[in-house]
Amino acid sequence: MSQPTILEMRSITKEFPGVKALSDVSMTVRAGEIHAIAGENGAGKSTLMKVLSGVYPFGTYEGDIVYDGEIQRFSNIKQSEQAGIVIIHQELALIPELSITENIFLGSEPSRLGVIDWVRAQKEAEELIARVGLSENPDTQIKSIGVGKQQLVEIAKALHKDVKLLILDEPTAALNEAESQHLLDLIVGLKAKGVTSIMISHKLNEIERVADEITILRDGKTIETLDVQQGNIDEDAIIRGMVGRSLESRFPDREPKIGEKFFEVKHWTVRHPLDPNRLVCKDEEFFVRRGEIVGFAGLMGAGRTELAMSLFGRSYGTWVSGEVYKDGREISIPNVGSAIRHGIGYVSEDRKALGLNLLDTIKQATVSADLAKISRGGVVDSLQEYEIADHYRKLLRTKATSVDEGVSKLSGGNQQKVVLSKWMFTDPDLLILDEPTRGIDVGAKYEIYGIINDLAAQGKGIILISSELPELLGMSDRIYTIFEGQITNSVDAADATPENLLVSMTSTRKTGPAR
Amino acid sequence: MSNKFTAALRTLTGGRGMTQYSMVIALVVILVVFEILTKGVTLDPSNVINVVQQYAYILILAIGMVMVIIAGHIDLSVGSVAAFVGVVVAQALSVWHWAPGFAIVLGLVIGALVGAWQGFWVAFVRVPAFIVTLAGQLIFRGANQLVGNATPHTTPDSYNWIGAGFIPDFGGGPFSNGTLLLGAIAVVAMIVVEVRGRARRVRMNATLAPLWTSIVKLVVLGAVILFGTYLFASGNPGTSFPVAGIIAGALIIIYGFVTRKTVFGRQIYAVGGNSAAAQLSGVNSRSINFFVMLNMAVLAAIAGMVYVGYSNASGPSDGTGWELDAIAAVFVGGAAVSGGIGTVGGSIVGAFVLAFLSNGLSLLGIDSTIVSIIRGLVLLVAVAFDVYNKTQGRPSIIGWLLRNARRPAATEQDLAVQPVGIADDSKVNK
Repeated sequence: MSQPTILEMRSITKEFPGVKALSDVSMTVRAGEIHAIAGENGAGKSTLMKVLSGVYPFGTYEGDIVYDGEIQRFSNIKQSEQAGIVIIHQELALIPELSITENIFLGSEPSRLGVIDWVRAQKEAEELIARVGLSENPDTQIKSIGVGKQQLVEIAKALHKDVKLLILDEPTAALNEAESQHLLDLIVGLKAKGVTSIMISHKLNEIERVADEITILRDGKTIETLDVQQGNIDEDAIIRGMVGRSLESRFPDREPKIGEKFFEVKHWTVRHPLDPNRLVCKDEEFFVRRGEIVGFAGLMGAGRTELAMSLFGRSYGTWVSGEVYKDGREISIPNVGSAIRHGIGYVSEDRKALGLNLLDTIKQATVSADLAKISRGGVVDSLQEYEIADHYRKLLRTKATSVDEGVSKLSGGNQQKVVLSKWMFTDPDLLILDEPTRGIDVGAKYEIYGIINDLAAQGKGIILISSELPELLGMSDRIYTIFEGQITNSVDAADATPENLLVSMTSTRKTGPAR
Repeated sequence: MSNKFTAALRTLTGGRGMTQYSMVIALVVILVVFEILTKGVTLDPSNVINVVQQYAYILILAIGMVMVIIAGHIDLSVGSVAAFVGVVVAQALSVWHWAPGFAIVLGLVIGALVGAWQGFWVAFVRVPAFIVTLAGQLIFRGANQLVGNATPHTTPDSYNWIGAGFIPDFGGGPFSNGTLLLGAIAVVAMIVVEVRGRARRVRMNATLAPLWTSIVKLVVLGAVILFGTYLFASGNPGTSFPVAGIIAGALIIIYGFVTRKTVFGRQIYAVGGNSAAAQLSGVNSRSINFFVMLNMAVLAAIAGMVYVGYSNASGPSDGTGWELDAIAAVFVGGAAVSGGIGTVGGSIVGAFVLAFLSNGLSLLGIDSTIVSIIRGLVLLVAVAFDVYNKTQGRPSIIGWLLRNARRPAATEQDLAVQPVGIADDSKVNK
């Protein structure tokens, strides 16, 4: 380790009213390395980065930030950016209606006498997006490119700010495999050009791949810093540090008890809501057995979510056609209400936008999908509401002081438990889980897997949609692969490997034993 | 001592401290200040009776408006709708000589038709309510003047009872016995509700607030009701509790219950809080939006009819600016512009704040232009105070005895981040 230190955070302590988010956290980052920060949700990773980037200004925390050999006193993001520290938040800060160029230069438009020089901006934007490997026209609106490309635009924006220390908070959380690869390669490429990166990630395989050093936080304290180059670092070692114990297995044990085929979809065709000529699902068929966990593997944009939502009361797409059979009889599900009545539940991919009303308390959210069950003559029984919500809080071990707490204050894992409670309360026969563990830390993931297994053990059919192949392989009994709206394969878990799944996820070729 | 005191306050308010009652406190302060400045006129029985009659329309409109605003919409047409219904009803009474009862039914039907018209555009065509009701404001103002020939129409006394009348009285004595009876019923009903609520919690083995909180609550509320009873009962001979107050009071109780306790009420909050999530939970957001707009127009019709009764006539400029009174009352009462937050109780407190402010200032002989400026500033300061509280992470609900309607504010960050590309019709009209 010959590189000089670019950043040293010394004994950082940050308190919020009633909570000590960071307590005496120290870390050292060397120039030109990729430094990963790992830790469970709530361990203090994001808070630490907000202290570093001036979101929490100097004076609101204790301890020193030594950057470029000097103690820094950032009072806002602008100052930290001037020093070359740029943070890219988990939730992207781009403006959907503006073009790539406008977003890159937002706040620092090249101008003469207050008049923006768009020609220069455009030219520079072209160079910047080429550096991050984007081939889009810089006039393209942000809303019309995917999340993966938006992430790259964020990095281009950082490059424009002459970044020396790039902080990425969960950069690949919303990206698919290929996009993640590209992004990680880009970060490694930037490292060669002298840009130091700090990366927060839940995806341990990614950390392992690109990081030079890993600092592990737990409960607001530094646990250890691991040097990847010295070797001996594997996912288990990281997990041990994060949760303070070793997880025997990432997936809880389960004895599958698979019953008869009870849910079947045939000739399912869905047209895109904005473009009726585009089919997002073409004459597909699949089935689920009782007690079976069926994985749906596909790259982002392959149509997994669209398929699930079109089934769930036709809440996606137009001109949905096809037949759905449950227990051998054809059922009609023209809207979400009827889907719920027919025993279908859908845990959406995006908790905050689609799964929860963030203004709700835990108890309100828990009963929100089946109010009829606890009401008489249209009047909600608030005592029953409380008891049901409390029952699920205890059952799923949701961390909250009471069910009167607002869901917006819960961590991602606990919010997801509330969403699961909500759907468990509707007592579905078929539960569709769309990315149920996205943005959730390792410990909570394990608990959620346990809940899913319990539901399957009760004889419910589970459809598990996930971008994480290890999750699908670890949880499913059978996996369908989807490519461009077509089901390309159905593989038994025993025969599935990441390789053969990936082949079917990226082409229409059939590999494994078709069923 | 002060620690014990704040802890007790916290228990009393269900763990939320006194901030949520800040508008109630503001109302009390306004009453006391004007009582002193006007040398006792503000809380004189005849003035209080007058305020209730004169401003009943704000109370009635605020009930509907808070539901519209919770659902994430706005209604700018209520003044014109009230005036339109008012003139048709006045016409029915004075020109066609209908019986008051039939005229009132006609008014309600017209209100419902107007509401269905506006609800159709909002819920099914998805035109933002701001636009639909801005159009409605123009359309129904014009319709008012078309029907009424832009001249006033007087209404008979048999009808005017609903706006200017009093509850029937009986017996003799220095007080209005009818009002005393009403006050007694209110106190008994309040005690029965509280006792039954506690009994049910005991039966269901649910957590129970300490007994003293119930007692304090009953004593404070009971004192308020008794004081009100005394005020209304001790007015000039021939006066008692106004019928307009009964109408408003009944609507407050009904809609307070509907918004807090029913599935429909829940669904309004759900649609306003996160329309996409509500739809994926099986809520039919179209019908919610439709009924909320329809309901608003029916309440506007009632407000208009009460006001015609109060002023013995329907005129071409009735209802001018009412939408702003109602919207201001709702926001002073703690609702959020972005939807999902608000209570009927809070809005009523907001309506009283605005009503007594106008009344007090005019009693002091302050020019109406200045009154307008002061009312504007009060609205601004009240909402700024609310926003400040929210950014401090405190719950922002300014409600009145709303034990069950805890709706903590989502953080700004939560609300600001909308993933790109997800169609969310709830954001269109905010």
